[in-house]
Amino acid sequence: MMQNRTKNETVKTVIARQVEMDPKPKQPVTVTIDGQEVTVPEGTTVLEAAQRVGIPIPTLCHDPELSNPGSCRLCVVEIELNGRKMRNLPPSCVTTVSNGMVVQTLTETVRKTRKKILELLLANHPKDCLRCERTGNCRLQSYAYEYGADFPQSGSALDGERQNYAVDDSNPFILRDMNKCILCGKCVRACGEVQGRFVLDYAHRGFATRVAPEMDRELRDTACVYCGSCVSVCPTGAIIEKNKVGKGRAWDIGKVRTTCPYCGTGCNFDLEIARRSDSKGQTREEVIGVASSIDAPVNGRALCVKGRFGTDFIHHRDRLTTPLIKKDGQFVEASWEEAIAFAASRLGDIHAEYGGDAFGVLASAKATNEENYLLNRFARTILGTNNIDHCARLCHSSTVAGLAASFGSGAMTNPIEDIAKTDFMLVIGSNTTESHPVLALSMLRAIRQGTPCVVIDPRKTELAALAHKHLPLKPGSDLALLNAMAHVIITEGLYKEDFIKTYTEGFETLCEAVTETTPEWAESICGIDADLIRDTARRYARAQRGSIYYTMGVTQKHTGTHNVMAIANLALLTGHIGREGTGVNPLRGQNNVQGACDMGALPNVLPGYQPVTDAGVREKFARTWDVKIDSLSERPGLTVGEMLQGAHEGRLKSMLIMGENPVVSDPDSQHVIEALERLDFLVVMDLFLTDTARHADVIFPACSFAEKEGTFTNTERRVQRVRQGIQPVGDSRPDWQIIGDLAAAMGSPFPYRDPASIMDEIAETTPSYGGISHHRLDKEGPLCWPCPAKDHPGTPRLHMNGFVRGKGKFHAVPYLPPAEQPDDEYPLILSTGRRLFHYHTGTMSRRSGLEEVYPEEHLEIHPDDADDLGLKDHDWVRLSTRRGAIEIAVWMTDRIVAGMVFTSFHFVEAMVNKLTNAATDPIAKIPELKVCACKIEKIDCPEGYVPPAHKRVLW
Amino acid sequence: MCNCSCNAEPALSEKDRRLVELLNKYRTVPGALIPVLQEAQEIYGYLPAEVLQKVARELQIPLAKVYGVVTFYSQFHLKPRGRNIIRVCLGTACHVRGGAKIFEALQKKLAVEDGETTADLRFTLESVACIGACGLAPVIMINHDTHGRLTPEKLTEILSKYE
Repeated sequence: MMQNRTKNETVKTVIARQVEMDPKPKQPVTVTIDGQEVTVPEGTTVLEAAQRVGIPIPTLCHDPELSNPGSCRLCVVEIELNGRKMRNLPPSCVTTVSNGMVVQTLTETVRKTRKKILELLLANHPKDCLRCERTGNCRLQSYAYEYGADFPQSGSALDGERQNYAVDDSNPFILRDMNKCILCGKCVRACGEVQGRFVLDYAHRGFATRVAPEMDRELRDTACVYCGSCVSVCPTGAIIEKNKVGKGRAWDIGKVRTTCPYCGTGCNFDLEIARRSDSKGQTREEVIGVASSIDAPVNGRALCVKGRFGTDFIHHRDRLTTPLIKKDGQFVEASWEEAIAFAASRLGDIHAEYGGDAFGVLASAKATNEENYLLNRFARTILGTNNIDHCARLCHSSTVAGLAASFGSGAMTNPIEDIAKTDFMLVIGSNTTESHPVLALSMLRAIRQGTPCVVIDPRKTELAALAHKHLPLKPGSDLALLNAMAHVIITEGLYKEDFIKTYTEGFETLCEAVTETTPEWAESICGIDADLIRDTARRYARAQRGSIYYTMGVTQKHTGTHNVMAIANLALLTGHIGREGTGVNPLRGQNNVQGACDMGALPNVLPGYQPVTDAGVREKFARTWDVKIDSLSERPGLTVGEMLQGAHEGRLKSMLIMGENPVVSDPDSQHVIEALERLDFLVVMDLFLTDTARHADVIFPACSFAEKEGTFTNTERRVQRVRQGIQPVGDSRPDWQIIGDLAAAMGSPFPYRDPASIMDEIAETTPSYGGISHHRLDKEGPLCWPCPAKDHPGTPRLHMNGFVRGKGKFHAVPYLPPAEQPDDEYPLILSTGRRLFHYHTGTMSRRSGLEEVYPEEHLEIHPDDADDLGLKDHDWVRLSTRRGAIEIAVWMTDRIVAGMVFTSFHFVEAMVNKLTNAATDPIAKIPELKVCACKIEKIDCPEGYVPPAHKRVLW
Repeated sequence: MCNCSCNAEPALSEKDRRLVELLNKYRTVPGALIPVLQEAQEIYGYLPAEVLQKVARELQIPLAKVYGVVTFYSQFHLKPRGRNIIRVCLGTACHVRGGAKIFEALQKKLAVEDGETTADLRFTLESVACIGACGLAPVIMINHDTHGRLTPEKLTEILSKYE
């Protein structure tokens, strides 16, 4: 597809593009370092060249992820060029190689100089290594050891003044002790260059120079989002993680590389585990936190606040540690044998009486691929039903349906790294900096480097505020806007004719469908100026490598599937797909929502999106699973919403829920609760007694991600390892084991030894995972599916050689207004979403320090609407819809369009899903969580209410 | 900007208006931070936090950076300055001739430390390294006036000339 060009493209722009894409090749340069010859590309620094041949050079201010100030001078070396020694000792981190250089990295002069530099730093450094948290992991300390540098003798001429700054202990995550700072400035650069936050900089002058947040404030009073990048680069004990204080010395801490359990970005980090023996000789293990690592494939050293500081839930006192059986309305602790036997017999009875389709199973986007696969097998073979689904139904089921229909594969087409290669980003309905914070860093960097970005969102999110254009459309009008863009691209001849001819079908259908959808028509619906719509369409179409990123603003609509198809239409018109830096990129919400879908936690498909209706597929699985083919149902099962409706109506008798919390996450909570209460038997597997688990008959305590082996698949289809760091907490068991125990108790034991053997079976049955095994992932690192064979390198970009479905298909997708429109009784629009500091239903994030910086939810309201209702910040309101009411404090912001209010669904105290509309998309059955009609009335504050003092709201 | 209900409100608004004009003038000029800060300080007499916040936002420079620049240069002031600035020379000649005694006496008399301003905003006291009038040591400057050959006893009368 690379060869296709717009028909209007001139030869000049083609040449310009080629030049841009093939920068002048770098000439090789050969230098000698400590007697070793090494050839590197021109522009390489002496430091990098030395590192390439394994010669270590000490550095304090240098960092490969950051710009290079060359200020600490510790990396000095001796260099001879053309037989002449270079003047002084050049710092190797900012000296580039040239042919014939002879470098010596450790002469006596170099050694002495480095020692002197260290002594000068130590002259003003607190002499508190004995109790410093960084001891054993401190660069200054280890270089002092290496070079024999010591603290100056007290009272000697070298014994300089020490600073006496107050330690900033203002927040739950980061401790800043500037007395220990050596002014390397890496935190300043990490904060700005990596995270784009610019909270820190140098302040004051001379000896008083220090790194300070804006106005010398405490961190809690600044724009800091506690990503902890400053901690990860600090070479001394000046910036440390509060959660690790006193938990163990560097040499006591074990590290296990694993994948983050929060969003779908799929950051890797090391779990840090302290192991201590108690007086009885028992070893106590504790995950004390995480450490990011420069070699993490997706994120490098960057993490967000949730990943870096949100793991307290692992050892939280609320963890379920024994199975619980409900007796007379009360949960009673039970042994595993008793609970498994009880659940197996009840499930067996219900199966005998009502058959397989009396069951509903919810898999989990938080559990591993192996566990979802196994639950899938359990549901299809032992329970005998296709009624299996999970919360992808509520986020990207419309993506899976829409993109599968358009392209043949319902996943993100391009990798995250392509954000750096695109030359036009269109971001639709995605609050990226809060929902996918680390992925958003790539977008922020691209914007800073000048990549044009247009954000379509009713709210002026952080990203929208930084983008080149923000189109604040009316909630629910996306399809009108997208169709108008297609109209502009077609009527102005900006489409790629060759591409359309060769790779697509249905172009005429689309042309016909968008004849009338002019920008002026769209303006009347979405409130965006027609010329701005035109401009956006033109910029996207004319880009060389245009890309689209979207999330729930697009999908959580009753026209969700059509919205997705409309986006796919734009990519097909312009050929912005199947190439680097382009693509249609749905950002998946949960750590393993992509994987749970891949593993067939969907009612209509078996693992690998293989339809249950296909006899060949059923036969393959029947053979692998050692069951009769007719025991696998050919009828697609029920979706989450349909299961709950079935339970409500008494058709569904029993449900098994693994790690999901539909009472808080699904629309119309009251309806969900009633449905669960009407079940004869509910089994829940979870870490905590969630609001869903409270309605269970049996609860099995499950293990967290830190206590089990497996894999997660991130938003870019990258299959990554989850590794066990600690033994299961209490008497909990990993979900795969619980499912296996249940299966065995029901008379059909599974043949798996461990998650690795489950993955081996996944590879056998699921073509896109065909080449994936734990062994290979451990050896080679993560792989992007499709990876059909053991020697296949994986596929970071989809549709490179034509579409998966054969031809890309245009769809005519007419605009429909939201299912529920504001009226006299309910005059406002309620929309819901996420916050940076919390995650989903809060079961994990609210059991960590995150709760301290964001302890309660608020309702965003436009000042004009607030004025009309006589409201000011922190006033309380009753927010009600046709389905229910909640009470919540308000927060005025002009970053939201008037007529709309917004809040998150993280807080059970303000359970917004009591209010949301269960009206669904007819194709994907996704509920319209983003738009419903509501009203608000002022009420008295709860007695004694005090607004939280240091709550961090992003804008 | 002013939360109290004093009468200063209209005057402040006038200052704010001048700040807006200033920012409009420099918004698109690269490298304009220092001149903007200088002119803003002309307007307000010092650089209140709210003004720095506005400058940062309008020039699209991180506030932490603006703060770094303000605290680097001694010409910028984050706190209100007195109507009269006293600079006490502590250079070599003044040191030898008892400059420290003069400085101590002033600190005591005005009840402020080095760099501080009296509560009535009448005086700001600063020590400086040398004002180039060594022949008059010990010497102080008040605004643009030089007072030399001082003894602590002479200070009361000199200060009384400045309101």
